[in-house]
Amino acid sequence: MEYAKDLNEIRVLIRRHKRWDMVFGLCGLLALMIGVLTFVALFADMAVDGVPRLGWDFLTSFPSRKPQQAGILSAWVGSALVMLVTAFFAVPLGVASGIYLEEYAAKNWVTDIIEINITNLAGVPSIIYGLLALGLFVYTFGFGQSVLSAGLTLALLILPVVIVATREAIRSIPQGIREGAYALGATQWQVCKDHIVPYSMPGILTGIIIGMARAIGETAPVITIGALTFIAFLPAAPVQAEPPFLNFEWLLSGFTVMPIQMFNWTSRPEAAFLHNAAAAGFVLVLMTLGMNGLAIWLRYRLRKKIKW
Amino acid sequence: MSAVPGDITIGMDSATLSTRLAHRRSRIVRERIIELVLFLAALVSVFTTIGIVYILIKESVVFFQEVPFWDFLTDTQWTPLFSDAHFGIMVLLSGTLTSSVVALLVAIPLGTIIAIYLSEFAPFWVREVAKPFLELLGGVPTIVYGYFALLFVTPLLQKIYPGLPGFNLLSAGIVMGIMIIPYVSSISEDAMRAVPMSLREGSYAMGATRFQTAIKVVVPAAISGIASAYILGISRAVGETMILAVAAGQQPNLTFNPLEPAATITAYIVQVALGDLPHGSIGYQTIFAAGLTLMLFTLACNIGGHVLRKSFRETY
Amino acid sequence: MVAVPSQEPASAIVKAEVKGLSFYYGDFNALKNISMPVYEKRVTALIGPSGCGKSTFLRSFNRMHDLYPGNRYEGEIRLYPDDINMLAPEVDPIEVRMRISMVFQKPNPFPKSIYENVAYGLRVRGESRRVALNEKVEDALRSSALWDEVKDRLEEPAFNLSGGQQQRLCIARALATDPEILLFDEPTSALDPIATASIEELIHDLRNKVTIVIVTHNMQQAARVSDYTAYMYLGELIEYGVTDEIFIKPKKKQTEDYITGRFG
Repeated sequence: MEYAKDLNEIRVLIRRHKRWDMVFGLCGLLALMIGVLTFVALFADMAVDGVPRLGWDFLTSFPSRKPQQAGILSAWVGSALVMLVTAFFAVPLGVASGIYLEEYAAKNWVTDIIEINITNLAGVPSIIYGLLALGLFVYTFGFGQSVLSAGLTLALLILPVVIVATREAIRSIPQGIREGAYALGATQWQVCKDHIVPYSMPGILTGIIIGMARAIGETAPVITIGALTFIAFLPAAPVQAEPPFLNFEWLLSGFTVMPIQMFNWTSRPEAAFLHNAAAAGFVLVLMTLGMNGLAIWLRYRLRKKIKW
Repeated sequence: MSAVPGDITIGMDSATLSTRLAHRRSRIVRERIIELVLFLAALVSVFTTIGIVYILIKESVVFFQEVPFWDFLTDTQWTPLFSDAHFGIMVLLSGTLTSSVVALLVAIPLGTIIAIYLSEFAPFWVREVAKPFLELLGGVPTIVYGYFALLFVTPLLQKIYPGLPGFNLLSAGIVMGIMIIPYVSSISEDAMRAVPMSLREGSYAMGATRFQTAIKVVVPAAISGIASAYILGISRAVGETMILAVAAGQQPNLTFNPLEPAATITAYIVQVALGDLPHGSIGYQTIFAAGLTLMLFTLACNIGGHVLRKSFRETY
Repeated sequence: MVAVPSQEPASAIVKAEVKGLSFYYGDFNALKNISMPVYEKRVTALIGPSGCGKSTFLRSFNRMHDLYPGNRYEGEIRLYPDDINMLAPEVDPIEVRMRISMVFQKPNPFPKSIYENVAYGLRVRGESRRVALNEKVEDALRSSALWDEVKDRLEEPAFNLSGGQQQRLCIARALATDPEILLFDEPTSALDPIATASIEELIHDLRNKVTIVIVTHNMQQAARVSDYTAYMYLGELIEYGVTDEIFIKPKKKQTEDYITGRFG
């Protein structure tokens, strides 16, 4: 085929190519719009169906067979308690792993295995974590279908998120800072404790928030370990008036969490329960959006503040 | 040491030196202990994998002692809790595959287009807004997506196709696809941005437009990263649970027609967990056998994706 | 190669002695059998073209190479008066770094306050009494000619300082712990000419108070600032002597070629 040689033919060709450019630009925007529309529709749907149901009694009532009286008290308390356990395990384990891999680990096969495992676990479906928890935590270790089992499971689930965020934050610290600290006679741990951890805190925090946001919304693993879908009681309070002031009964108690409550109501045929589900969903979406938004904002602030 | 008047006192006398050396052993021991603690923390991930492999295989072994492997693969019914029990995993697999195909038909084109657009076309401010937005989109809890699929998307689809059952794989698949878009687009976009500017400049210098450069130079250069994004999307679709448990129904159904309801591997596990299954019964073991199948598939996807992603990072 | 200056000033005391030092990055032999003295409270400069190993040599003094795997020392660097080989595997690198401080090419203050930057070396040694820290921080900042400029804003972040001030802060940080040897690794190559002049003036003030070894790619700087100069090329010590002699009447042709700019 003869290609365009004279100027006029070239100009026609360019105009055609530019049209493609414009068409694709529109396609891109359209694709984004589909995402935006879905999000807006989802949010609006939750809001329209759910907000009328929101109220103080909704937040402070137990679930009930009568939809008008049902509330999410046990659900959000359960979520809060489970999140406490999750954070308690995931944060120290994740940060410690990140520090080890970035500052201590030598390049050998042991380190490779650890890194491969972390990458792999990040892609394992959440329900598999539920199966692990069911077999191991609930039965083999005997923790039962409890807050403790759920917290441990979710901690393992979000561990890769925390580890990756910690590593990225640590990696962004310039080598000159480390060398300056070592040159003053600091030991490896002193360098980590006085410099590495404090300077990477904002990045680590961002990762923790994203991980926790994910854990709050997870349903499958928690269902699998047998969280109850209809509970009309609260686990025992962690603090009490008499010594020894801290009570750990709640760890082994039955419980439910927000997403499971929503799932339970969604599965009911009665239309009235669907409004409850929407309300619970609205609260859940607000929580996760809020946390993710906070993490995104933190990351933005970080980028502006620390100029290495 | 010479003592010149007025100079800074420097250096150590032998008393200070020996005190330092005395502390040395305890310092070294302390450092080693700290390193060990950190190492054990890092090993938790290895233990987790070992735990997963162990529990899935342990229960599946018991399962396969009852159910012949061939039957598991080829039986066309999945009725593990009936007195005449059948254990054909194909039934559940068909639900998983159909819904995943629908999801990927949504996520891959849209995700790729968005990735190309954000990487090569979009002005700076659009990128800065779109990326966090996509992150938020991916952060919505899947149970909420499930609700949305059941109570918004299905009625909408029923207006177009009135015969659509209330539970169906199509709306679940579509919503799942939209949920996966952020995964596909962010990894593809990272791969495309890693392509050096010099390659693009070479193309522009020859009079190519943005679209031509994107399609003919950038995408081929980033193809392994993009492929790894797709594989991650597949893995995510196959492993998704709640959207399907809510919107596709939990009735095992051997079908490849998205307009029907069906149970996926993941939805089945949820259904069993919701019921009351005695520990150690055959029904209890089916979820581990199903889980093992799922795990093997996603493992293959993850390994493939990892290999591809490493190759795209090494090229530059 | 054993180097002995032709004219030894009467009061010069040997603080450290390098004996047959060789260094390997993996298989690559970066330093070849270097021997030379380092005189106490004098400035010794290391010069040579890029890649000659002067920074590698400098970083051997405070065992910085130990931070990275695959490195190997042969030979000795003996520190006096204890007469210990600083490179011996039994000697803890942490100890060496507590006695020998370093200032780096690119100023690397910590993202902490000015006060905390200077105090860090002391804290590492276990000093936590506020009064003692205040005193040493002030001494160090005075010695590095920074006190007047920062005395009212010690709690401000160190990053707020200019490049030259940051480098002086790093020098103060290194001085605060009373090092036996102070190492400078091209301390002014990342600074503008005015900041460079102030650092050179500072080094001039410190001479006769602290033992200094300075690596510089700037010959004029070496001539201005140092008492002794060592010329290195491709990992070997070619010539060592009193600075004035090296620059006016070098013994080796290689040295002369470098100094007159015929190459490098």
